[in-house]
Amino acid sequence: MAETVLETAGLTMRFGGVTASDNVDFKLRTRELRCLIGPNGAGKSTFFKCVTGLLTPSDGHVFMRGQEVTGWHPHQVAALGVGIKTQTPNVLDALSVHENIWLAARRFFDPAEAGARTDEMIDRLALGPIARAELGQLAHGERQRVELGLVAVADPWLVLLDEPAAGMSAEDVERMTAIIHDMTRNAAVVIVEHDMQFIRSIAETVTVFHQGAVLMEDHVDRVMSDETVRRVYLGKKA
Amino acid sequence: MRRPAARDVAGILVASALLIAVMPMLIGTYTLTVLVIYGMLGLSLGLIWGFGGILCFGQAAFFGLGAYVYAISAVNIGESTLPMILAVLVTAGFAALLGAMMFYGRLGDVYLGVITLVVTLILFKFINTTAGPQYVIGKARLGGFNGIPGFQTLNVPGDPEAYIWGDQLFYVCAVALVIVVLLVTWLLRSSFGRIAVGIRENETRMALMGYDVAARKTVLFAVGAAIAGLAGALFANWAEIVTPNLFSLGQSAEIIIWCIVGGLGTRLGPIVGAAGLAYLKFMLGQQSMIDNTLIMGLVLVLFVLFLPRGLVPAVASLWRASVGRGTRRRPSRHRRLRHG
Ligand SMILES: Nc1ncnc2c1ncn2[C@@H]1O[C@H](COP(=O)(O)OP(=O)(O)OP(=O)(O)O)[C@@H](O)[C@H]1O
Ligand SMILES: [Mg+2]
Repeated sequence: MAETVLETAGLTMRFGGVTASDNVDFKLRTRELRCLIGPNGAGKSTFFKCVTGLLTPSDGHVFMRGQEVTGWHPHQVAALGVGIKTQTPNVLDALSVHENIWLAARRFFDPAEAGARTDEMIDRLALGPIARAELGQLAHGERQRVELGLVAVADPWLVLLDEPAAGMSAEDVERMTAIIHDMTRNAAVVIVEHDMQFIRSIAETVTVFHQGAVLMEDHVDRVMSDETVRRVYLGKKA
Repeated sequence: MRRPAARDVAGILVASALLIAVMPMLIGTYTLTVLVIYGMLGLSLGLIWGFGGILCFGQAAFFGLGAYVYAISAVNIGESTLPMILAVLVTAGFAALLGAMMFYGRLGDVYLGVITLVVTLILFKFINTTAGPQYVIGKARLGGFNGIPGFQTLNVPGDPEAYIWGDQLFYVCAVALVIVVLLVTWLLRSSFGRIAVGIRENETRMALMGYDVAARKTVLFAVGAAIAGLAGALFANWAEIVTPNLFSLGQSAEIIIWCIVGGLGTRLGPIVGAAGLAYLKFMLGQQSMIDNTLIMGLVLVLFVLFLPRGLVPAVASLWRASVGRGTRRRPSRHRRLRHG
């Protein structure tokens, strides 16, 4: 059996009266590509935040490659080799595309290596012409691409992507899909998406969240045709 | 910061050499010395605020601490070299402790401002109460509101009789400032500096990249304090007395105003702001028609309204536009008060 890179046991996050994550047991194998779906407010982003240390869970445990990381600070989790693209853009707006990616690379590589990897990533993302542009001036899709780039350049073994396709053009999505497939050569990737087209094109196993809890976890085809899932989620969208 | 390092350094050296040669012909060296010292003090806050996003309301505390550590150890040691070093190290150490408490405590920007302000106030109040003869450190009486006079001032290292004062003190201070500017330049070009700027822009993202934000802010805070401490020690040598007023909130507020007027996010801005406003204050002090705090307030308001990015960035963009490189994007957008 392949190694489990991420595991949560009874993960629960309460905000006052709201239980945003409810007793989530989740397992991810090495180099697996997993999609998370669920209606708005289902607790997908909260789950990501608990895993990366942006939130400290009210209850339950998070393990990474067998090591308990519950309650760790975000930088400690990230230092293990975990990258996340948050739902709202989380980039350095006043700095250049190059600087954004370089800073991510520099954390794990010496300056020369970081420079080389940054240039390589900029090429791969076709960001060359705007490499020196200030990020805040760029279009939404370009900024998403940069955020993906700064996650990928650090060579993580676990990648969490919260709605990476949101607001992207078809061409952007295609490029991103290629990069995600690239990443799965070294990393397990979890993607939160609402775009069913995209999910169908990329996913094998899909986990469905509903009201903070895992409703179902199965192959994408079975999930898409499941009655309950259609009712809580797809029915609303279609 | 995309200019080649060699050009940057050459520019700094040429400009400083010119200024050091020319300025004494225009303004007396006694006044110039204190302008240079204030320039260094301005730079100390400009570094941590403009490049690290740490708005410290108590930079005067480090300035005063440097001055007092110098004075107290100079009285005890009778030679200036070690006291100068101690002034820098003790101040940096104090700031590292204070910074670690604030940054590891993950205090918000507002609390950071409040705490640095309160620390300044406490030091001010405490030193003021030390008038009695029981307040001594070694041979040095703290002297309360009277301060500490009559300590050994700057001398050629190893020779306590060879005092450095007057014109010579000016040259020492000016060269010290140039060295500090070069060190700051080097720091900002290093990975550490670039990461600090990243933290200024978005702490969460930097943490998610794996950077220990608290540790890095603590170090930067201590570096800023070390520079302020050095400025304080030089000030003690210039004034030949240290008093609790060095710790005053008014002084802290002035440093912040220097940075805003001169321009945050530049190395030159806070220096120019400090020297310029200090000189203005000095000129205003020679007349009694208008209250000079009123003028200072007016200057600040005018700048905030009409040149919100400060003098140096404004002049720099004018310059770039006039030499036809106006199409280049601004190096950064400074969101002054958002980041603490
Ligand atoms: N910091 C917070 N404080 C209080 N409630 C919160 C907080 N963050 C999330 N919630 C609540 O927790 C629930 C789950 O939110 P979450 O953002 O995880 O949903 P999501 O599945 O990512 O939704 P979406 O698809 O809209 O992004 C929601 O009801 C939300 O209002
Ligand atoms: Mg979400």
